[in-house]
Amino acid sequence: MIKTDILIIGAGPTGLFAVFEAGLLQLKCHLIDALPQAGGQCSEIYPKKPIYDIPGFPEVLAGDLVNNLMEQIRPFQPGFTLGERAENIEKLDDGSFIVTTNKGTQHHAPIIAIAGGLGSFEPRKPLLKNLSKYEDNGIAYMIKEPEVYRNRKVVIAGGGDSALDWSIFLADVAAEVTLVHRRNEFRGALDSVEKVQQLKDQGKINLITPAEIVGLQGEDHLESVLIRKTTNGSEDVLLEVDDFIPLFGLSPKLGPIANWGLEIEKNAIKVDNTLDYQTNVPGIYAIGDVNTYPGKLKLILCGFHEATLMCQSAYQRIFPDKKYVMKYTTVGGVTGFDGSKKEAPKAVVKAIE
Amino acid sequence: MSDIKIKITDREGTLHEVDAPTDMNMNLMEVVRSYELAPEGTIGICGGMAMCASCQCYIKSKHTLPEKSDEEEAMLSEAFFVEDNSRLGCQIHMTNDLDGLEVELAPEEV
Repeated sequence: MIKTDILIIGAGPTGLFAVFEAGLLQLKCHLIDALPQAGGQCSEIYPKKPIYDIPGFPEVLAGDLVNNLMEQIRPFQPGFTLGERAENIEKLDDGSFIVTTNKGTQHHAPIIAIAGGLGSFEPRKPLLKNLSKYEDNGIAYMIKEPEVYRNRKVVIAGGGDSALDWSIFLADVAAEVTLVHRRNEFRGALDSVEKVQQLKDQGKINLITPAEIVGLQGEDHLESVLIRKTTNGSEDVLLEVDDFIPLFGLSPKLGPIANWGLEIEKNAIKVDNTLDYQTNVPGIYAIGDVNTYPGKLKLILCGFHEATLMCQSAYQRIFPDKKYVMKYTTVGGVTGFDGSKKEAPKAVVKAIE
Repeated sequence: MSDIKIKITDREGTLHEVDAPTDMNMNLMEVVRSYELAPEGTIGICGGMAMCASCQCYIKSKHTLPEKSDEEEAMLSEAFFVEDNSRLGCQIHMTNDLDGLEVELAPEEV
């Protein structure tokens, strides 16, 4: 069981900055994120795009902002549970919580801060009849263990980097790789596009474009897919396959958090914005894009502010009897849990003769 | 201040005739959101970067629209419910030429 002071759900910019503000109060944090890396949307969707409204940064790339935040919070040694989705929450008699992920990892903390942005990123599923019947039965949306495809006939659908990269990788593993995409053009790194072209020319990848998979067949397990050329709708092709891997990117879903007994409005969690961004459940806060209140703006800079006030309130909740006043970092410096200390250099006092 | 009229059919099939300002640097996705014609969190998820297809709509009138950018083209090639007249609302900026535009919101991906 992982124990911490503040369990943060979502490792986007708001969740990351909360670690810093908590650290100033000597509170330890642990973060859970469904994505395999920290940074949330900034890392997953637009790492190379500039942001112009981070105070003090006339322009910063989303990916660089995340790197900076990771550097800023490093002294506070946050823990991470990545690639797992927070699934269940249980309130204990002492008012603390246990949060369990979809992989069964348990986390225990007196304070929960949901910084879940738009939700957890889930694979986009194609609209096909009987899709769920073949899920984990010939259809997978993520490749966790490439070896399972050894000597199998695989069809991949999609036109982005992951479709290209996995087609390239599996070309050496699988018995047969077919890549189906709606257009002739692919949206990926130039290297990958060229590599797929090469493999196609060598006959190692069977490329079918512009085309779409329109049907699934098989008794219990997937046995074949129906491919329709977009240019010639009358002649569908039946392709025998063992596995179908649709790679259409990820889309955010609020997911299991929606069933945690929190008040939800407009796909977001209602919080008290007059005080501390607490939800209707005492001890559970929601900060950043995932919350809503009158006048809410989904901006990173607003998330930073919300994270700061949340931490102050969390401190009061954990230590109801302790007296505390906020201290400027310029005055107090930053003392990390790793023993590091940053502080403003002392002014030199020296007489002038 | 100049407004144009736009007809938007929402996902439930209800037709709305709305005024859209052309001087606010607004796009069609933002117009839909400003009139709350689709629930928050189901449209404009990526914020207007052509990186999701939650603002996909079908163009019903004969207006000439600006060409699709590579990014929009690529996103639409991976979206669902795509038709020949599909566009991403976030890529359609409100200009005087679009007065009388008629669009229908594409179904929500679930």
